[in-house]
Amino acid sequence: MIDLTTDLKRLGAVKAPPGFAERVLAQVGMADSYARFETVLGDVYVAWNRLGVSAAARSASAAEFEEWFGKDVGRPLQAASPPADLGKKIQDELNGKRRMRFDLRGLTPFEQAVLRKTRQIPRGEVRPYGWVAREIGRPAAVRAVGSALAHNPIPYFIPCHRVVRTDGQIGNYGGGGPEAKKAILTLEGVRLNRLQEMAKAGYRYQGVRTTKIFCYPTCYTGRHALEKNIVWLHDEATARAAGFRPCKVCRPAVVA
Amino acid sequence: MEGVDRLFERMVNEHKDRVFATSLAMTGNRHDAEEVAQDTFFRAYRALGTYSPERIRDLKERAWLHRIAVNVVRNRVRGVKPSLVELNGSESDHSPGPEAQAMERMQLDELATRVAELPVRYREAVVLHHVRDLSYAEVAEALGQPVGTVKANVHRGLKLLRGDNDDRLDD
Repeated sequence: MIDLTTDLKRLGAVKAPPGFAERVLAQVGMADSYARFETVLGDVYVAWNRLGVSAAARSASAAEFEEWFGKDVGRPLQAASPPADLGKKIQDELNGKRRMRFDLRGLTPFEQAVLRKTRQIPRGEVRPYGWVAREIGRPAAVRAVGSALAHNPIPYFIPCHRVVRTDGQIGNYGGGGPEAKKAILTLEGVRLNRLQEMAKAGYRYQGVRTTKIFCYPTCYTGRHALEKNIVWLHDEATARAAGFRPCKVCRPAVVA
Repeated sequence: MEGVDRLFERMVNEHKDRVFATSLAMTGNRHDAEEVAQDTFFRAYRALGTYSPERIRDLKERAWLHRIAVNVVRNRVRGVKPSLVELNGSESDHSPGPEAQAMERMQLDELATRVAELPVRYREAVVLHHVRDLSYAEVAEALGQPVGTVKANVHRGLKLLRGDNDDRLDD
């Protein structure tokens, strides 16, 4: 060691390793990590950070996902190996168990409310856009609900595919178009043909004669009624006139 | 909160090399250095969240971050001697550079290991003064020690590094 102090100075000029800043930012939730997961829906890229899952997409490649994330979310992003339990959580979530936490920071309070409400729709069921609007206390904002769902950064896991139009059309879908929406709903056990036929005939609710309760057609509580006991109903007024009350689980109308 | 995030992002990018180099000199290997440096920034972020705007404005970022780094190392190694196993340092990242670069890197890692083997009080003083290039007064402030103590510790630390053990004080 010819000149110790010079060497010590050189030691002070050492650079941080590559990716260090991203790892630091990821640790405080300011940068996100992502990985590709094999799921029942095919390969899904999922991004996460300290606060939870922040984005998901069925991109064709890592580069495509990174580009979309950059435009849509705008935080730094790095490929990483996922936390041990994330793969399991993803499978569970797609099987209808709600175990995931989400990071929705980049969204407006209204968008967050829409997505939180949407997450409460159980697997195998669907709700109209108007239902989401009414449930979050903004009954007139049906179109805004539509655009909030169209910009859902975490499709599949926040099930925007479970929100459909009342006229029986399936409605648009950011996670891969109407066909993808149909495919996912079918996979989840929704009887789409029946639903669409009834909707086209103008029926919005189904009542069960024995219980005198009316529900959305996919509601879990009405699904096990005998076919001969089911009546199809056009609207709330007809239902109430016929002595039915709204279901307290799927809440097709404000429960009195 | 948005403001703190912006500030923190800039701080990370501006000081990451410095904080990492200090951590490397303090711990002696790149693996621990990365942990210490990451922890330093993590604590800095949490602290920023609790600071008033005035306090943030008056912050001397460099000294502040180094003070945190020193504390992180102190808390980590309390009772634990730095590991002597990784004499040749570094495995966290084998970027295959030109041979000269690899040689330089090896020498630096070796030096870092030797620095890290110094008793804590000499190590802190030597790292901040010689590696980090802070003045005696700045080092004294960062460590909360009198200037005379710092000078003496730097001097003794360098002596130990030179392999001159004659007047080593028992530690």
